This record gives sequence, C-alpha cells and structure tokens, in this order.
Amino acid sequence: MTEKITVALAGNPNVGKTSIFNAITGSKQHVGNWPGVTVERKMGKRKHKDVEMQVVDLPGTYSLTAYSLDEIIARDFIIEEKPDIVVQVIDATNLERNLYLTTQLMELGTRLIIALNMTDLALAKGDSIDVQKMQEFLEVPVISTIGSRGGGIEELLDSVTKEIHRTRTSENIFVYGVEIEKSAEELENVLAEDPYFSHYPSRWFSMKLLEGDENIIKKAEESENYPQIRKILQRTDADSFEAKIADQRYKTIQTMLRQVCNINTDRLSGSDMVDRVVTNKYLGIPIFLSLMWAAFEITFTFATPFMNIIDIFFGWLAETAAGVITVSWLASLVGDGMIAGVGSVLIFLPNILLLFFMISLMEDSGYMSRAAFIMDKVMSKIGLHGKSFIPLIMGFGCNVPAIMATRTIEDSRDRLITILITPFMSCGARLPVYVLLAGAFFGRDAGIVIFGLYALGIFVALISAKLMRSTIVKGEDTPFIMELPSYKIPTLKGSILHMWERGKIYLKKAGGIILIGVVGVWILASIPAPGSGGTFASEEIYGTTDSMIGFIGQIIEPLVAPLGFDWKIAVALLFGVVAKEIVVGSMGVLYGVGDNEDSLSEILAAGAMTPLAGLGLMVFTLLYVPCFACIGVIKRETGSWKWTAFQLFYGTGLAWIFAFVLYQVGSRMGLFA
Amino acid sequence: MQERTLDFIEPETSVKVLKVTGQKSSRKRILDMGLTPGTKVEVIRRAPLGDPVKFKLKGYNLSLRKKEAETVLVEIIE
Repeated sequence: MTEKITVALAGNPNVGKTSIFNAITGSKQHVGNWPGVTVERKMGKRKHKDVEMQVVDLPGTYSLTAYSLDEIIARDFIIEEKPDIVVQVIDATNLERNLYLTTQLMELGTRLIIALNMTDLALAKGDSIDVQKMQEFLEVPVISTIGSRGGGIEELLDSVTKEIHRTRTSENIFVYGVEIEKSAEELENVLAEDPYFSHYPSRWFSMKLLEGDENIIKKAEESENYPQIRKILQRTDADSFEAKIADQRYKTIQTMLRQVCNINTDRLSGSDMVDRVVTNKYLGIPIFLSLMWAAFEITFTFATPFMNIIDIFFGWLAETAAGVITVSWLASLVGDGMIAGVGSVLIFLPNILLLFFMISLMEDSGYMSRAAFIMDKVMSKIGLHGKSFIPLIMGFGCNVPAIMATRTIEDSRDRLITILITPFMSCGARLPVYVLLAGAFFGRDAGIVIFGLYALGIFVALISAKLMRSTIVKGEDTPFIMELPSYKIPTLKGSILHMWERGKIYLKKAGGIILIGVVGVWILASIPAPGSGGTFASEEIYGTTDSMIGFIGQIIEPLVAPLGFDWKIAVALLFGVVAKEIVVGSMGVLYGVGDNEDSLSEILAAGAMTPLAGLGLMVFTLLYVPCFACIGVIKRETGSWKWTAFQLFYGTGLAWIFAFVLYQVGSRMGLFA
Repeated sequence: MQERTLDFIEPETSVKVLKVTGQKSSRKRILDMGLTPGTKVEVIRRAPLGDPVKFKLKGYNLSLRKKEAETVLVEIIE
C-alpha cells in the first residue's frame, strides 16, 4: 500500500537547498508560482519505500517573521497546509545562524528533520560536529548530507519514512526567561479557550504575539477573546521582548554548539582570501567589470552562430513549406505566419540558455552577492538594490533574458521596477535600426548619434526607476541586509539543470504570447484594406498600403505626423513590435526598395525623411513598446497584465513625447536642416 | 567605554553589539541575522565605492548599508 505525504523543504538561502531538492526529485519537477504572488514555487515527486512524497521547496529564509513575502509564504505553508514532514537544510559550516531558523520551526510544532548539508566542507575547514549529540539535544533526526554529490539522500529519505509514524514526544527546549514565560503562559491559556486558535501551535502563536508580529496580531483580532489578549499584551513591551527572544534563541544555540561541535576559527578561510582580492578597493570594480564583459560576450557572441542556424533553418523551412503548399494564402500563413512565429520564439533560446548558465555559475559560486555588494552604492542612488545591476547590463544584449534574470532580486518591489526599466536598455536588435538611420542621415557622426541613443536609454531607465520608486511602487525602503556566503565550486549538473529549467519556462510561458503576436501581425498584413480589392494573403498586398496594416498605418498617421513620421513609418513601427530589427526590413518594402539596405539608405538621405525625423525615429524605436518576446516575459515575470500594459503605455508615451519635442523644437531651431 | 554606531567603526576593528534601534522591520531583521546584544562583530571592509560594509559575526559574513549600520549601537573591544 502506498502512502502519500507532503514534505516541505525549508532552510536559509545559500545552504544548498536546491541541490538537495534536485537530488531528491531528479527530473520530476514542476516550477510554478505561489498563488497570487510572483515568488517561485518548485514542487517535485519522489517514491521511497512505498511512500509517495510530494516535495515542496519553500522560499529560502533566515527567519519566519512577517516582514518579507518569502517568510510569510514559508510560514503560512507550514501553518495552513501542515506538511507531514519539514526537512530543514542546514549549512554545516555556518551552524549558529542556520539553527536560528530551526528554533522557529520547532516552535511551530512541525515534525522536523535536519539535513546537515555540506558536511564535507565543514570537515575540510577543520570543524568537527557530533551528529549523535546534536540529535539528542534537539530531539529531532539529524542526517549528514552532501547535496552537490547526492550524498546522504537515501538516509534522509529513510528518516522521512520512519519519522511520519513516530508520535512527537519532544517538547520545547527553548525557555525565554521568567517575564516572557509568564506572559506566554497567560496568553496560551486565553488561546486555549477559543477553538478558533486550535489551528495554530499555541506556544508559537503566543510568542509571535509577544514579539508584536503584525500578521499574527491581525489573526488574533478576529477572536472574541481579543480584548483579553490585548490586555496581556498592553502590559508587555514588545520591543524589548523581541530583542530578548532573539537573544535567547541564539544563547540556547550557543549552549548546544559548545557541546556538540568544535569549530575551527583560527584559520583565515579561503573565502576571506578571495574576498580580499575580489572586493578590494582598487581591484574590485575592474574585476567585476571584466567578469561582466566576459559574461556578456559569452552570452551574446557564443549565441550568434546558434541564432544564425535557427534563423536559416526557419527561413528554409518557411520557403520549403510555401513551395509545397499550392494554395497561396495558406502557404503564406504557414510560411510567413506560423513558421516565422515559431522561429521568432526559438531565436532567443540560445541567449537565454547561455545567460542563465552564466548566472547560475555566478550565483552558485557566491560571486553574485559580491557583485551586488560592489554595485550597491550606484544602484541605491535610484532606490534599487545592487542585484539590479546585472539584469540591466544584460539588457544591452537582449531584454528578454535580462528580464528573466531579475529572478535573482529578492525584494519584489525592486524586482518589479527592474523589470519595468530593463526595456529601456538598448538591446542588440535596435542597433540595425540605428546603423541604417544614423548612417543615412549623419554620415561620419553616426557613431556619436548611436552612443547618444544608448546614453538616452540609460538616462530614461534611471529617471524612471527613481520616479516609480516615489510614485507607483512606493513603500518603505527595504533594508539592505545581505549575507556574503562562502565561495563554492559550482557543479556543472546544477548549472545545466538551472539553465534548462529557465529555457523551459520561457518556451512554455512566453512562447504562446510571442506566437500569437507574430501571427496577429501576419493576419493584419495579409487582410486586404477595405475597398482595396486585393486578395487575402497575396504577395502583392502583404504589408503594403492595400493591406489592413497599411490601412491602420494611414489611420494613425495623424498621431505620428507631429513627430515628422508618415504612414509608412507608422506601419514599420507596427511591424517593429514583432522584433525591432524588422523596422528596417519593412521600411525597405514600404519605400519600394525591397531588402536592399543601401538603396533604402539612399532614398532616405535623398529626402524621403528629414534627418530630424530620422533622429526622432531612432529615439522612438529605443523607447516604444518592446518586442512581443519582451512583452511575453514581462507578463510571465510580473504575473500581471496590468504591469505589462503599464510598461507598454509608459514606454510608448515617453517615446512619443521625446520624438515630439525633438521634432517640434528642432525644426523651429532649424536643427540638421 | 564609548557608545558608537556601527557605521562609524573603521575596518579591521572588533566591536560588541549593545542595542539595535531603528524601524521595527529592519530592527527585527538585523536581530534575526544574529546582531543581538553582546554579539562580537568584526568590521572587515567597505565596498570599493565606500558603501555597503562587510562584517563578520557568528562565523559568517554579512553586509549592511551604512544606513542600516547606523541603527546598531556598539562599543569597541580593546
């Protein structure tokens, strides 16, 4: 007979929780979100000795207070869903702080098992830990594991299957001194009278009330006995209690540690030595910038041949398909619509895989928090966290993986702002547009113009971040309290798994939106304009004035006329939402020169457009709606159509204002005339 | 012994925590990370741009911005 149980995996960040999760569940994982929030939830299954385990990976937390979303999620899951077993993964090289969470998990009355992870590193450091004694002291099973190599996983699972049938005997080992204990007892007595509280572990609930935990007080307010509770709380001083409780927890841990382990503190650890160089006053920034440059180059240069292969393959496939299908509109739908659509989803995959491979190396090695440490001063000026820097830099290559890379930012508000401003970082797909237009209109000064556009993007991003911080994404500043974990050698397996997981999420969650967008534009470009008399999806009307998209372009022309754009530019910009580099190609078609960029450049320079309008078009291309792929990942990462729409309107609004001012003021001043 | 805030302590100095002040949410967080009264903290170094600062306590490394370090009252251990 199989038994079904739920196992929750808890632990501090950077303790190797992910490697334990991977070792337990293998490839049977499902990545989604916790209901209603953008915090990621990983679940997996494992069968061990007739017990089917549903393993839930809780967010990594240092404590279980109500001040961070991660902590609320973790503790609500434990209280509300009541998992059969909670496994806390502990970093054996950093016992004291890790055991702080243990004290809270024990107070929650969970059936706890401790996975003492990275015991190999602790041993190498010269620490010795008496696992048997630790087990006796805590009265919970303690299993040594080495997650990165899968060591101790069988024993851990054995312990889980044994533990579910054991009745808990352990009572609380944490005593907080007479004053606190007395109030706690009074509270527990009141709680015991109301069945409403029977759902919660009463000692834990009382302690949280005494600490002044807002979330718990709110829950208590719903009880009829709340006046009594309030009376007890009014006599106590939550501020001093909270310090005393934290203090007492650490004292108990210290008492235990003195008995169960011997920690080698003499040696300067390898991590400290690396940090001396990597965060050095003079070397820190050059090292950081070189690593960023290397990561950028690898992500975007290494990906180019793969992207070319994808591009060529889908081009060939589209042509072949169009050749085989005799019905011309169907051939166009399959070729220019669907196959091109799938191609435009897949084209980003090499970038995404490589970037996440690099990010995973940086995170798993411990360098990511050093990068945040080094860049935080700069980012804090615009109200963001040091960790926002890396996604923004990656945005210069491609906004799509960059937005996905915001996952490394823990604070949800910082993350949201970073997602919203990343599209202003000028990505590689916008460069062909600049090269063509700047080349046509500004000749030898093209370089300066292009540089100016990149600078404008950064400027808009920074100002927007500052603006959003003080308006729509308000709230008190999150305190910057970041652990600098010891350096570790990342495992190839872990990095590849991480990379693959991101790639899968992109294809599943963003792919559909991109495909719909691309096919949607194909339909608009293929339907004949009202009264034009063209044939649906015929080559003659595709994307021209006789098509629906051309018709729309003419309708919206008055909107863009103040920017110095005509309907052809409007249509090219509509196509640009498929992918920004398409702006160039569609202009070629619309100006009747086909794919020949040289002749397009000549026509433009000969006066099809004024240089001022050309500059405006570049600015517009930089700031307006990002491409469908980008829209897809913004939706996926913010989990909200509202924020996605906000980004689109905000960006397009800014693009319009900038181009408008540029054209109107510029033409009055006679700029570039 | 003179009471000071942690942001004023020069690198390569050891201090003892006396009290954590400041807003409730950041105070709680700082306490949770182990900066409880009596804890020994070593100021390691400032980031290349001067902020944040790296500390060592309870056998691990922690970084705080000066703004947060300001809320921690300490005394220097001779």
